Amino acid sequence: MRAVLAPEALEAIVEVLRRRDWRVVAPTVRDKAIVYGEIASAAELPVGWKDVQAPGSYRLERRGDEARFGYAVGPQSWKRELLAPSVRLLQIERANGSFKVAKKAAETARTAFFGVRPCEVAAIKIQDRVLIGGPYADEDYLERRKNSFIIAVNCGEPAENCFCASMGTGPKAEDGYDLVLTEILDGSHRFLAEAGTDEGAELLAELPQQPAEEADTAAAEKVTDTARERMGITLDRSDVHELLLANLEHERYDDVAKRCLACTNCTLACPTCFCTTVDDANDLSGGAGERIREWDSCFTAQYSEMHGGGTRRSLQSRYRQWLIHKLATWNDQFDTQGCVGCGRCITWCPVGIDIREEVVAIRVTQEAKS
Amino acid sequence: MAQTLTETAGSLEAMTPVPYAVAAKRQDTYDTWTLELEPQNGAPIVPGPGQFNMLYAFGVGEVPISNAGHFETEERLVHTIRAVGAVTKALCAAEVGTVIGVRGPFGNTWPIEDAKGKDVVIVAGGIGLPPLRPAIYHVLKYREDYGRFVLLYGARTPSDLLFLDEVKSWQRDYDVDLDLTVDAGDTDWKGKVGLVTKLIPPAQFDADDARGFIVGPEIMMKFVAQELMNRDLPAKSIYVSMERTMRCGVGLCGHCQIGPTLVCRDGAVYTWDEVENLIAVKEL
Amino acid sequence: MKTLDAVIAESPIFAGLTQEQLEFVVGCAQNVHFEAGQKIAKAGDPADVFYLIRMGEVALDLDVPNKKPVRIDTTEAGQPLGFSWLIPPYEWKYDVTATELVRAVAFDGACLRGKCDADPVLGYALLTRFAQVLAGRLQATRFRLLDIYGTDTH
Repeated sequence: MRAVLAPEALEAIVEVLRRRDWRVVAPTVRDKAIVYGEIASAAELPVGWKDVQAPGSYRLERRGDEARFGYAVGPQSWKRELLAPSVRLLQIERANGSFKVAKKAAETARTAFFGVRPCEVAAIKIQDRVLIGGPYADEDYLERRKNSFIIAVNCGEPAENCFCASMGTGPKAEDGYDLVLTEILDGSHRFLAEAGTDEGAELLAELPQQPAEEADTAAAEKVTDTARERMGITLDRSDVHELLLANLEHERYDDVAKRCLACTNCTLACPTCFCTTVDDANDLSGGAGERIREWDSCFTAQYSEMHGGGTRRSLQSRYRQWLIHKLATWNDQFDTQGCVGCGRCITWCPVGIDIREEVVAIRVTQEAKS
Repeated sequence: MAQTLTETAGSLEAMTPVPYAVAAKRQDTYDTWTLELEPQNGAPIVPGPGQFNMLYAFGVGEVPISNAGHFETEERLVHTIRAVGAVTKALCAAEVGTVIGVRGPFGNTWPIEDAKGKDVVIVAGGIGLPPLRPAIYHVLKYREDYGRFVLLYGARTPSDLLFLDEVKSWQRDYDVDLDLTVDAGDTDWKGKVGLVTKLIPPAQFDADDARGFIVGPEIMMKFVAQELMNRDLPAKSIYVSMERTMRCGVGLCGHCQIGPTLVCRDGAVYTWDEVENLIAVKEL
Repeated sequence: MKTLDAVIAESPIFAGLTQEQLEFVVGCAQNVHFEAGQKIAKAGDPADVFYLIRMGEVALDLDVPNKKPVRIDTTEAGQPLGFSWLIPPYEWKYDVTATELVRAVAFDGACLRGKCDADPVLGYALLTRFAQVLAGRLQATRFRLLDIYGTDTH
């Protein structure tokens, strides 16, 4: 099911969803960045804003139009909605010499993610595979995921650090959404809307709309084709698995270790990074304890700490762990890729380390050898 | 779309600690204790040889600990724990009657079926004996199904050797080629002194038809595997149990990665062939 | 039972020597045995002999003042015992005790040294073989420095 929506119809999306008790989370401008937050009106979308990104750099600029989704991606990803940064998994209370475990009440708030980029749709699919697609599932993630509704928005404004075209995850979403929009700005501002599920079609049916003509479909296609061309291919993933695993002791890791601050920004900003730790604590009386699950990062020393030592003591080894996981060993572990090419790790790295550049640096010496 | 996730999602039952009471406790060495645990409700879980459980000390935290096999009754879980960190110290301090949390069993098992009809060479270093004990019990129980059974065990000093009386009874009662060594002894110690690797050249087994199981510190497993390969035991016939930090035990937290593998999910038992090249890379 | 010649020729420490060299070595050798508990050498004794252990086990103990002696190593069947015959001042460094019945071949160190001095080719051949054994023991000793089974593995 396919239709053309006027910009005003976005307000109807918010209204209909809220009327049906969906919490609507969407991009909105806060603290000079486009972040994800609950909105009550489509007016809260980043109307007329674009983001200018470079390694270690992000700023918002005014556009010359009223585009609702005229930016690439902000610092946050939908990971914060699905794999929450901090969750109390268990409450444990002493009782009659034993203890009682109460699991966290299932998350029932229904949340519509309005404005999910194709790279982020891909990231959600990857986290689905990791967190609920194996023999054991993360219950909190599953509940949140079950209660999510995804409105994807295809990309027309890739930032300098975007490389979804290289990773095959964008700029056009192929599946994994309930509804997908493409914002068309070719003189007549409109959206091509396509339903991906029955629920998406139901929503679409309630919106004020025009039938989609062939010209609309072609215009939407042009939006993503142009975006794809603008990005080009900046990371060759055809042989990156073999390349990285054949160069585990590459001197480039010494070089990157001189720049990397182990600040963990890349892992926090990454929409697929899923590592968590648990913290067990008890109250002062010792009668009640709780287990909190929190985001963790392979860039910390504690991450690999074992009694009397740790596996990855050097920065070289921690950067290598992250890089090979994103681009190589993730595939071995989960049969999916680990990187979607959103570029957040590049933008939000305080020293501007560029994952693409590091791969190129390793590739160059490999080619020199062969 | 999101609703269909429920049907395909994996088990949700693994994350909640189940209360078990300490039914018996024994001090093995100056820093190592063995706990026998009974479930407060229902029947205990039945771990396969080589599997581990996540043990929770109330309010302190959780650690992965290998199952150490049953002494007499399968109604109990047995864990041998060395007090080295906050959680293991709390677990070792647990008195009889104390309730601790158990999640598990997780991980894969020693290839005890595949080893049938073959010689079995078990090499343990230090606290590495308990994780091997379920496999040892299995081979002893079905002794006639296996060929020669070589058990080589090294520790720091004679007083660090775990379950020494029991180990000697295996030798006596089950036709086990037992050899012991310590890094440093005293004149009361009648066994060998030196690296555990020195026990391998004289060991009697048929390298063409044997399986080796090794547990100990990673560097010890490396040297032992090399020594077994010097005896022409193929890397594919040598099994080791790997150790990495773990938070979840079920492949969700990411901590236990060694390159392409997750130790909790794909291990902790690996063939030497699978891990040799991985652990040869520093800090991987 | 094997002849002395065969035992020596097949031992790793002498394997590969020429027939002529082996005959020299055998000329300095004789079979010995020690009962369990019997002292084989005492630290400070002149080391005019070394052994090739054929059967049984030998302990090397180091006396530590005010403490129990430390058993620092054991030497098992197939291994050579003693290097002090080769290195001045030709004195045993440890107390050496048979912990069980030991059968061994004893070599007259002074005799062998003399032959090695007179025949550098034989001397070099023997020295490289002993160096190999020494290197292995040094490696094992260094490895034990790691105290890998200890609590603190930093």
